[in-house]
Amino acid sequence: MSEKERTLTQSAEDLVTRLQELSDTAAQLASEAGDVIAESGGNTDPFIITGLTVFVLACFVGYHVVWRVTPALHSPLMALTNAISSVIIVGAVVATGAMASSGFSNVLGFIAVVLASINIFGGFIITKRMLHMFKKKG
Amino acid sequence: MAIISSLAYLAASVLFILALRGLSHPETAGKGLTFGITGMSIAIITTLLSPQVEGWTWIIIGIALGGSIGYYIAKNIEMTSLPQLMAAFHSLVGLAAVCVAAAAFYNPETYGIGVIGDIKTASLIEMSLGLAIGAITFTGSIIAWGKLQGKISGKPITFIGQHKLNAMLGASLFVMIILLCLTGSAFWFWTIALIALALGILMIIPIGGADMPVIVSMLNSYSGWAAAGIGFTLHNNLLIITGALVGASGAILSYIMCKGMNRSFLSVILGGFGGDDNAGAAAADMGDRNAKIGAAEDAAYIMKNASKVIIVPGYGMAVAQAQHALREMVDILKREGVDVTYAIHPVAGRMPGHMNVLLAEANVPYDEVFEMEDINRDFAMADVAYVIGANDITNPSAKNDPSSPIYGMPILDVEKAKTVLFVKRSLGSGYAGIDNPLFFEDNTMMLLGDAKKMTENIIKAME
Repeated sequence: MSEKERTLTQSAEDLVTRLQELSDTAAQLASEAGDVIAESGGNTDPFIITGLTVFVLACFVGYHVVWRVTPALHSPLMALTNAISSVIIVGAVVATGAMASSGFSNVLGFIAVVLASINIFGGFIITKRMLHMFKKKG
Repeated sequence: MAIISSLAYLAASVLFILALRGLSHPETAGKGLTFGITGMSIAIITTLLSPQVEGWTWIIIGIALGGSIGYYIAKNIEMTSLPQLMAAFHSLVGLAAVCVAAAAFYNPETYGIGVIGDIKTASLIEMSLGLAIGAITFTGSIIAWGKLQGKISGKPITFIGQHKLNAMLGASLFVMIILLCLTGSAFWFWTIALIALALGILMIIPIGGADMPVIVSMLNSYSGWAAAGIGFTLHNNLLIITGALVGASGAILSYIMCKGMNRSFLSVILGGFGGDDNAGAAAADMGDRNAKIGAAEDAAYIMKNASKVIIVPGYGMAVAQAQHALREMVDILKREGVDVTYAIHPVAGRMPGHMNVLLAEANVPYDEVFEMEDINRDFAMADVAYVIGANDITNPSAKNDPSSPIYGMPILDVEKAKTVLFVKRSLGSGYAGIDNPLFFEDNTMMLLGDAKKMTENIIKAME
């Protein structure tokens, strides 16, 4: 009986050590995996994830804000969104002003700056004109 | 510096959100506009100060040139051509997106997305999305502009195999994007651009004039998605946020417009609505009925003796520029003690809120102008419904004729008013190509003529 007990304790101890080994290996694997993820994160493009997060959240913000716009102002809304979508000028400005091996990208940037500026000025001014008409007449 | 510019872009994003928020009420809208302009100024100045920008000369020239063109156009445009102007503006955003995508393709170092010929795959995908959506927006908006301006027939242009062709082009775009990612060659880049440009034309050409409110909103939305696509390419959160805002805004407007016509977005996109297919049959049904045709004097007499008049404006008012004459007529009625309000259908006119702007231009206070849900019950209590340049949005067959193409579309219940005065150029059908049985009702009087001239004649008769 006592021998049986001894073997039982022994096998239990064995099991514990094996479990310990296993958990050690798991921990090591996990940390290695973490390294791999971190490395790959550095190599590929983590921006896509950040960008996507920002994009989805902004869609929700847009959804909620735009539903609150009064229908009477839907035309000014369109003019205003048209103007602010021309914030694409940010990319155009960089393209125009950056050092480039060929001048082609600078020319493209310049064209984009002109186009976006037409929109920005035109969009904001037409919005202003419209909103001015909605002013309460005293 | 990078942190400061990121924070500045964040501030600009918040200002843009506040700008849209301001439009929830006419009183706060002006403040919203100021937020928008401030946000844009911050964005541009921050970019000018960024280390990649080495010279300002051409940028300043570009802004000055574009700015003065924009200023000139916006100051001189007639409010009635607003839908065309919006379409034209959307096309510019589309083309600008194409240019920026191409600039990033030819100078990727500046944006830190690789070197020429070896751009990161993720960036190539983002770039080609921005490029394709931008190109579709560009040509699509030009076609929409042409239709609204009357340069291209407002009738839907359809041909056999159209949808198949579009689907094929759309599918080939995806293949091209994959090929671009695999090869990184400029050839595929420009092929994507060309196909997307063609797709833009083909998508809008089958869509009829009456569906233009949806299309203008949809292109508004696309211009936002294009900006967001470019934002992903350039790793710029401001562009992504703004693009998403604009995209969401346009999508919501398209949804509201579709609901206003009881059409699915898909059926609008597939186009072909407003052809002459069923108009002939409907006209035959109406052949033996007579419409009562009245003169300006009759209308003046009826309205002067009414106690409640509801005005229903439509696209015809915009075309005839009748809003100022209309306002004068209403002034006279008000002096006589008549209660006058305006009822606006969501899809009246050619863009969302089109009628509201025209009435505001004619100094009609916005609190006399009501949306469909808010005023539809009042028609039963009104003595006169004065329908000026509207047709389909008052057509009762939308309610009681399941065979009508517009069956199920919410309409203004003008037929419930004691008298319906219809100002119209002819007894012909509306843009949807459907006859309006309301013309032949006993309580309807047709006032045939140009909306502006007729209203002026009524004013003369009243005085």
